[in-house]
Amino acid sequence: MHKKTLKEIIGLLEKKEVSSEEAVKSCLDNIEKNKHLNALNYVNADNAIKQAREIDARRARGERVGALAGAPLIIKDNICTEGIPTTCSSKMLQNFIPVYNATVVEKLLAEDAIILGKANMDEFAMGSSNLSSYTGPVRNPYNNDYVSGGSSGGSCASVSANLAYAALGSDTGGSIRQPASFCGAVGVKPTYGTVSRHGLIALSSSFDQIGPITKNVEDAAFMTQIISGYDERDNISYRGEYPSLEIDHEFSFKDKKIGVPKEFLDLLLDQDVKAITRKQLDLLSDEGAQIIEMSMKTLEYAIPVYYVLGCAEAASNLGRFDGIKYGYRSQDFEDLIDLYFKSRTQGFGKDVKLRILVGNFALSKGNFDAYFKKAQKVQTLIKQEFDQAFEKCDLIITPTTPTPAFKINLDQEDAQSRYICDVFTAPVNIAGNAAISVPAGASSKGLPIGLQIIAPSLGEKLMFDAAYAFERIRQ
Amino acid sequence: MIYLAVIGLEVHTELKTNTKIFCSCKNEFNLEPNINCCPVCVGMPGALPALNKKAVEYAIKAGLALNCEINTLTRWERKNYFYPDLPKAYQVSQAEAPVCLGGYMEIETQNGPKKIRINHIHLEEDAGKLIHSEYGGSLVDYNRGGVPLIEIVTEPDLSSADETLVFLENLRALLKYIGVSDCRMEQGSLRCDVNVSLRKEGEPLGIRTEMKNLASFKAVHRAITYEINRQTEILNSGGEIIQETRRWDDQKGRSYSMRAKEDAQDYRYFPETDLPPVKISSEFVRQVKETLPLLPKERAQKYVEEYNLPQYDAQILTSEITIADFFDECVALFDNPKMISNWIMTDVMRKIKEHQTEDIVLPINAKNFTKMLKLHQDNVINQPAAKTLFEHMWHQDSKTDPEQLIQKLNLVQISDEGELENILKEIIQNNPAAADDVRGGNKKAIAFFVGQVMKATKGKANPKTVNELIQKLL
Repeated sequence: MHKKTLKEIIGLLEKKEVSSEEAVKSCLDNIEKNKHLNALNYVNADNAIKQAREIDARRARGERVGALAGAPLIIKDNICTEGIPTTCSSKMLQNFIPVYNATVVEKLLAEDAIILGKANMDEFAMGSSNLSSYTGPVRNPYNNDYVSGGSSGGSCASVSANLAYAALGSDTGGSIRQPASFCGAVGVKPTYGTVSRHGLIALSSSFDQIGPITKNVEDAAFMTQIISGYDERDNISYRGEYPSLEIDHEFSFKDKKIGVPKEFLDLLLDQDVKAITRKQLDLLSDEGAQIIEMSMKTLEYAIPVYYVLGCAEAASNLGRFDGIKYGYRSQDFEDLIDLYFKSRTQGFGKDVKLRILVGNFALSKGNFDAYFKKAQKVQTLIKQEFDQAFEKCDLIITPTTPTPAFKINLDQEDAQSRYICDVFTAPVNIAGNAAISVPAGASSKGLPIGLQIIAPSLGEKLMFDAAYAFERIRQ
Repeated sequence: MIYLAVIGLEVHTELKTNTKIFCSCKNEFNLEPNINCCPVCVGMPGALPALNKKAVEYAIKAGLALNCEINTLTRWERKNYFYPDLPKAYQVSQAEAPVCLGGYMEIETQNGPKKIRINHIHLEEDAGKLIHSEYGGSLVDYNRGGVPLIEIVTEPDLSSADETLVFLENLRALLKYIGVSDCRMEQGSLRCDVNVSLRKEGEPLGIRTEMKNLASFKAVHRAITYEINRQTEILNSGGEIIQETRRWDDQKGRSYSMRAKEDAQDYRYFPETDLPPVKISSEFVRQVKETLPLLPKERAQKYVEEYNLPQYDAQILTSEITIADFFDECVALFDNPKMISNWIMTDVMRKIKEHQTEDIVLPINAKNFTKMLKLHQDNVINQPAAKTLFEHMWHQDSKTDPEQLIQKLNLVQISDEGELENILKEIIQNNPAAADDVRGGNKKAIAFFVGQVMKATKGKANPKTVNELIQKLL
């Protein structure tokens, strides 16, 4: 039963062919069997069963229930859940229990979804491998020696291994799409501002975006619709209209212009990824799509821009973890400075400390203009280049990642080589538009490979229709 | 060697909006600790700021009252530093595009009116408050965290401690006038840092020092005087001023170096992307302008023109909005502006000064105050009785109708000629020598008889009638 898609299980629940309690218990059993994946930081078992029984009872009484009634879901551990630990997979927040729900969690609960657990992740969402988690790496369900990707590794592995019917993740430079690609799931980064960030523990405020991870495109559109919408508690929240994301099953690629950035294909080193991307583009071409190879010259600067601006914001955002109000506090300190110093030194992992240092370097007097200001200017250029590209094409397609999942190697020191994982995904966060990763095939080792479909800002409707059509054509 | 002092100010004022600047917590902070707090103002993970537009409106109001240009697009920056009273480890503030630019305030100096230029006014959030516990350790109260604050930064246009004091007093009165702040220095809703440097006539600006921890206007005055003397002594002995931040110790009456320029913190200012820039339309500015009351200068002018009051009186009456409002209320009830003005400027002001609170509190209301004035004007009570009544109303009973009070206190003036004549006759009889003096043209002796009648009537005799009777009988 846990293998059903979200829409399938909702259909069965509605018809009362399955009870929510059964659905929850089926997932809990499967979580138990897949403990070795280390996908979850917290399993909300007792509460989930209790909640499931309540929803079943309400349904039995014929009361109105929400659109997700009784469906168990997983939430990334950087999204605040009232009364449920929210740790960011950091030693810093091992004892942290939020006093409020993130807006997205409120929205899910308003539709009677069941929070089944909190997903493991890279510490404070910094990473592309899930190796930086304080609670250990998440293993790839397709091959346990391989990484799940990150930072939403636990969320993607959970969906891929059927621990729940869908999950929420967060995507700052590719943190939903990259692990979704590695784990063979569908992952969405919605347009910046369309999903409230209220309650998402911030990494890089101007790039962070919450999105769903699902088993297929239709579920992804459904989840995106539910979590989107203006929120007065997030002042950058989009105030305009939110179109219906219901899939147009008749969508055709005929005469659709698909842009393919030449620079991206040139970067491809992995033969499997290269071959599958080529193959799928040919498939779309056969469907009548017009494939336009285009040059996007600013893209090579996306990663440096992402790390300068992203680390600067992260350095500031993580200042609040100081041992004073909540989270980890070192026990042996001499004075205030020592309390800060020891709490942060002991509470944060290596990758977090590295990014805080990089960020503060870029913000400090004497470096600000050369790094931060320059990166901001390049960000504007990247945005402009995307805008110009979308004048020539309807959608842009790239591989989601340059390689399939790599082997778990905790000694891996070369952080910079891991940053390359984000090369196709981070530009979308810099530009602020929408993108989805859809499974597109498997490598020779049997590891999933994803295709990224990038839409213009607020172009989710077209993106989901195309992704759905692609998913169907492949099958 | 004579040096000219060059003084600039950074004045922080808390805005009295109903709620905090980025959340809906109440803007009240002298309460039980940590009750007006929420995830936003205590910097909980994941919490985001949501701008209170009222704070922007108040900042615009202050800007308009200080003749500033209002920015059409105002932006936010983060100022990063660690301190337990700053829960996010950054303060949301403004650096590149503050709400108000330019501006000035005119003050009266010994050499006539002088314009003190305002560099800019920016908005920011206040920090919480550390309480050093008597049981050891420190506690933090976040009630004040997130209270909206404007920082008014002047150009270095002030040239003495006296001038600075006048500027601050005028500024405080102005901010209270427009209703954006209580300006209570004791409670920290008005705080001020002072920059002081010296230069010789015709020479460029000298090295400046910044003074912090100035808890009262008096402290500002003392600290500036101290700093001018300190710098003068250093320069006269051939030394150099070090650019530094100094901390004023009001008890010891001296300042201490806190940190030198090279140790100054790098606040790593950068854009706050959680808040979009705020567009301020000229229409909105116009609307805000309409809510501004008459400012002190305009109001004083009105008093001169409408009520024929001397310029000096008008200026004193309008120096504090509480006084000016009281005056207006009184004038509406009792058509004798000059009499009202005289009483406010003498008796009322003296009472206020006796109390010496930062906030002017008037225990009497305009209705009873003007009734009292009318009783006096109509000769129902004489001057001393009016003063007695005023004292009583101010200190004991401001609620009871003065007409009842004068009965109760037995203050009604005796104007009855027969009654006064009998009293006077008896006094003349007992003081024949003095009576002779009066007859001989000794004016002092007249006063003696007036005094004696007053004594006999417990001050209630109508002095005019008494004088007439003295003339008649002697």
